[in-house]
Amino acid sequence: MSILLTKDTNFIIQGITGREAVNLTRENLDYGSTIVGGVTPGRAGRDVYGVPVYDCVRDVVKNHGAVEGSIISVPPGFTKDAAFEALENGIKLIVIVTENIPRKDVAQMVELAELRGARIIGPNCLGIISPEEGKMGGVGGPAANTRQAYSKGPVGIMSRSGGMTTEIASTLTAAGLGQSTCVSIGGDAIVGTTYAELMPLFEADPETKAIAIYSEPGGRMEAELAEWIQKHDSRLPVVAFMAGRFMDEMRGMRFGHAGTIVEGKEDTAAEKIERLRSAGIDVAERIEEIPALIQKRMQERKPERGN
Amino acid sequence: MRFYEYESKALFRRHKMPLGQGELASSAEEAKAAAAAIDGPVVMKSQVLSGGRMKAGAVKFADTPDEAAGLFAPIMAAEVSGQTGRSVLVEEKSPVAQEYFLSVTWDGRAKQPVVLFSDMGGIDIEEVAETHPEHLSRTHFSSILPISPRIAKEAVSAVGVSGSDLNRLTPIVFELMKIFLEYDLTLAEINPLAKLEDGRFIVLDGHVDMEAEARGRHKALLAELGVQEEETRQARPPTEFEIQGRQVNEADHRGVAGNVVEFDGNLGLVIGAGGGSLTLFDAVRKHGGKPANYCEIGGNPSVNKACELTKLILAKPGVEKIAVMMNVVSNTRVDIVARGVVKGCIESGKDPKDVIAIFRIPGAWEEEGFKILEKHGVEYCDRSVSMYEAAGRAVAKMG
Amino acid sequence: MPGMFIDVRVDAAAAKDTELAKKLAEVCPVDIFEAGDAGVSIVEKNLDECTLCDLCLEAAPGKVQVIKLYE
Repeated sequence: MSILLTKDTNFIIQGITGREAVNLTRENLDYGSTIVGGVTPGRAGRDVYGVPVYDCVRDVVKNHGAVEGSIISVPPGFTKDAAFEALENGIKLIVIVTENIPRKDVAQMVELAELRGARIIGPNCLGIISPEEGKMGGVGGPAANTRQAYSKGPVGIMSRSGGMTTEIASTLTAAGLGQSTCVSIGGDAIVGTTYAELMPLFEADPETKAIAIYSEPGGRMEAELAEWIQKHDSRLPVVAFMAGRFMDEMRGMRFGHAGTIVEGKEDTAAEKIERLRSAGIDVAERIEEIPALIQKRMQERKPERGN
Repeated sequence: MRFYEYESKALFRRHKMPLGQGELASSAEEAKAAAAAIDGPVVMKSQVLSGGRMKAGAVKFADTPDEAAGLFAPIMAAEVSGQTGRSVLVEEKSPVAQEYFLSVTWDGRAKQPVVLFSDMGGIDIEEVAETHPEHLSRTHFSSILPISPRIAKEAVSAVGVSGSDLNRLTPIVFELMKIFLEYDLTLAEINPLAKLEDGRFIVLDGHVDMEAEARGRHKALLAELGVQEEETRQARPPTEFEIQGRQVNEADHRGVAGNVVEFDGNLGLVIGAGGGSLTLFDAVRKHGGKPANYCEIGGNPSVNKACELTKLILAKPGVEKIAVMMNVVSNTRVDIVARGVVKGCIESGKDPKDVIAIFRIPGAWEEEGFKILEKHGVEYCDRSVSMYEAAGRAVAKMG
Repeated sequence: MPGMFIDVRVDAAAAKDTELAKKLAEVCPVDIFEAGDAGVSIVEKNLDECTLCDLCLEAAPGKVQVIKLYE
């Protein structure tokens, strides 16, 4: 099993005729994903690598039946409307690739998603991959590169950085540790789904035996994760890698992702490391330490409850 | 993007928030005239993008216009977190009965805006939160459903304020909530919000941050406030090197090669992407290396962009070598970056094999990329060498 | 200035074909070909931007050569 995405998940691509979206379409099809349609207003009737293009999400649903997911790859000024369109047409899983979206728009999309019982991953992310099942988004790049870095197995990955999702997966794969599902959650200050919000899904997935996360300064997401793990006495060992330690000396400067800015004491790498450790999460100094830490923690794992 | 206090107040004034009489002064003469117009004791505040002005001597009081003229120069010269003022705001000194704290910001966990209100204003709010949590209310509100004054009323009432104070504070809080949403702000703060001895409330100090990504939507307001397009308004103003880095990145729309931040070391970094840059910068420092810069490449930049970025970094005084490193890349192509940096070295009049300390970018199109590096004798490695190890190899070459 | 990494050569006879010139200019994502009245010309400053996408080779089979100068 996996979370969020299996080989049966069908989805559409909004903005499918754009430069990046055309690439995404080919890479996702090559990896075995099921793309039932694409949407670009004014381009109905065309096709992109055999995927039919429509003007409205409504028309895809009319022609192909219910759609489960959507990848949104449209310019930042149009993203909110695209997400609203997907949500109002019954789509429950939305991956937003677009970056530089003002957070008011993000908050509005996320709030409507909650009202509609749907989930948003991103924005500013590379999406989701369940190795050997399918992927939704640019994660891993071309199918051949994706297969080189990602393999099926017991580790779930959550990462604020898309590139580092692949670096961690590649390191795990080289050490013989495959992955159940890897989620690039996005680097913005507000994201649709946080680490703590993905934890219940991984917790309920029998195939996932451990979690690896990539983390960086800024925001309160690590604190939320630490609280969740303590409150629910999680069965899953978690290993974190913390980047951007140098930023602690440079408050108020923005590096990397929009969400990466140290404004208060709780945002610092040092504070986050302490919180994670106090919740029993191992914090790796280097990426290459992650596989051994996971193996060690999986071996000493508490017996599975209910078995 | 942070606003100066006078800009924040100009925004508040547009929305009829209660403010004291005041004027901006750019010289001792203007300060004197402003104080004379107020005709009473004044407070003079340096306009800097940083808190802690009082402690730094950047806020002073004057009883007469002559005194105000004399204080202008020392206030302008006072350094607040490394910055000096761009002007001085001269305002009437109001007799304050009580100070309140009011702020609207985003809560990334709730994914909604939140009103923070306290009847213990004027002091560090994090301290209030720790020592007197009952004096600080947090009230979330929707960003898509219509908002109404009852949310503001609940925020104020939650710390025990009642009577006419509650009814006078509610519209101020509600107005700030509306301003926050209307202008894509990430912070709208009034601290202190003062109750005067005659019972009126006025804004004594304001701090507004607008989301950088939303600047394009608010061009009219920014023009009215006189905010220039090139102003980044970060913790420190951009250096010449950083401005040139932005120009390299904006030269064409393909990918990112820029976002440079200047440091004073000898090892130039051509690194990416978002998370990878943070990881690699840490790794270089952990090995004792001295980075000359931070930067980001990603999104498959053009050869030209990677080339120009390389030239910019190599031209920086003190840079001896560059390290070209990224996490395993997916859409950025190894061969395109390899072409760009090799070309950048050659066009800078340097031999790539001498000046590139290490090239560690594994992933898409690596076979092609490695052929290019091989031809030019550049030391490279694939994913079997970790980011940390690659950074170590680069630092070891710095002697 | 010629390319440092990539050179593109169009068969002399084919280079005079104005229809083919248009086609090449259209398919190339990095504008290496320019179509004119006398046929196709090569935009030298764009040569190194070549993404090896092979679209020009497909548009004019046997008439265009993309040469990797680093091989």
